[in-house]
Amino acid sequence: MIRLYDYVLSASCYKIRLMAALLGVKLDQEAVDFHPGRAHKSVAFAQLNPAGTLPVLVDGDLILTESTAMLVYLAQLAGRDWLGPLDPKSAAQVQHWLAFSGRLAASLGMARLHDMLLYEGDIDAWRAQGHAALRELEAALSERRFAGGVWLVGDAPSIADIACFPNVALSQDGGVSLDAYPSVRLWTRAIRALDRFVEMPGIHRLHELRPAPEVA
Amino acid sequence: MIAPEVLNEWYPVAMAAHIRAGQRRVTQLLGQPITVALQGGAIVVTGQGGALHVTEAFGHVWACPGTPAHPLFPIPEALETGRRLVDVGVVRVKCSPLRAVENFLDIAHFPFVHTDVLGAEPHTEVNRYEVQIREDSDEVWATKVTFYQPQAAKSAEGGIVTQYMYRVPAPTAAVLYKTCPVRPDAWDVIGIFVQPLSEDLCDVWPWMALYDDTTPQADLIAFQQMIFLQDRSILENQIPRLLPLDPGMEIPTQADLTSIAYRRWLKKRGLTYGAQMVAA
Repeated sequence: MIRLYDYVLSASCYKIRLMAALLGVKLDQEAVDFHPGRAHKSVAFAQLNPAGTLPVLVDGDLILTESTAMLVYLAQLAGRDWLGPLDPKSAAQVQHWLAFSGRLAASLGMARLHDMLLYEGDIDAWRAQGHAALRELEAALSERRFAGGVWLVGDAPSIADIACFPNVALSQDGGVSLDAYPSVRLWTRAIRALDRFVEMPGIHRLHELRPAPEVA
Repeated sequence: MIAPEVLNEWYPVAMAAHIRAGQRRVTQLLGQPITVALQGGAIVVTGQGGALHVTEAFGHVWACPGTPAHPLFPIPEALETGRRLVDVGVVRVKCSPLRAVENFLDIAHFPFVHTDVLGAEPHTEVNRYEVQIREDSDEVWATKVTFYQPQAAKSAEGGIVTQYMYRVPAPTAAVLYKTCPVRPDAWDVIGIFVQPLSEDLCDVWPWMALYDDTTPQADLIAFQQMIFLQDRSILENQIPRLLPLDPGMEIPTQADLTSIAYRRWLKKRGLTYGAQMVAA
């Protein structure tokens, strides 16, 4: 079975848990004491991932330490539709959003770690960079909406959406509100409404769209 | 001006293991800067006016910025052999420290916030339970609490009706006792220790004393952090930010008995740091 070295509050780990759930792939999850134990910085963990980051995905002799590579791997294995359309323009756009997700982690993700787990750093700069990234995302998703689209690339959800979703949906944890980004909010709703969607702390399932118990 | 009743209480300010390992924690208590550090083998908490009263218990460092009105409350179960003591680590929450405690005492939100873990629809009813302010210890206690839970603990397999007792032994600390899935004759003990940084910002330190010899430490920590972080986004969106102690606009229900007792207890004892005294 594919093993995921995991931390429950990590946006990047959740990316992989969510992708696997949407694809129906079962993962063997190994919890790593990221906080307060900092086990990802231990000597033992460096054997697995010298960068000391989470998640780490292991399948046989394959060891992946970049979450975007894990998304590609899972989609190639279990649901190639999730790779997005294969024409040159779309394929390049998917790569764009995979790389862009790194900017979200370096801004919104760090603001969240600062506000929640007391990471030290320039919180104002992280939030400002987060807003700059959200403005780009909002512009792109608005264009997609005007063209009748919902997802970042193509007519179906892809690894591009899953890569960008967690740090955006968790932005309020870092003191960055999504109030100014209506297209982004609608897009997060669309992802939360997907069949087999799984939640994480700070990202709730869509209770409001489910029928009331007495009606069901 | 902070009331002496508030200053004379004990507050958690650090995880003892971190300070003992040589870390220094520069933080805040009741709006004032403090430093927690190891000096000559002893843990010292220093504020602007000098050293604060310090004690170490339940994995954490506790400080009293005034003159302690009483010793820190006991948790006798923490001393029982065979229990696993788990320091869950700090989480910062933009809310009143009192709201963080009140949320911990609430059962009714389980199916909606901790869906499929501590509760699930349609099992939303909070059965009748008993609440008292115990005169001998001056603590708030809720007993005979029962709730259906799909996954009550990391060690639970399948849904069970969990029994609970809740206890508020200090203004910003609460302890719960719940059915231990692997030892039905014993209680698992989970505490929430809240450090009031200011009236609307706090550092929260969950802590556990469990009977569970099999679950890896990282899984126990992850489970409790998952639960608490599900609460965090709710706590940060509560309005008003301060805990209202004036009955004002609020209409409590039967399910809120513990919360009502906690609020009355705070008011009676003048523990109003983080509280709103006049209806908004």
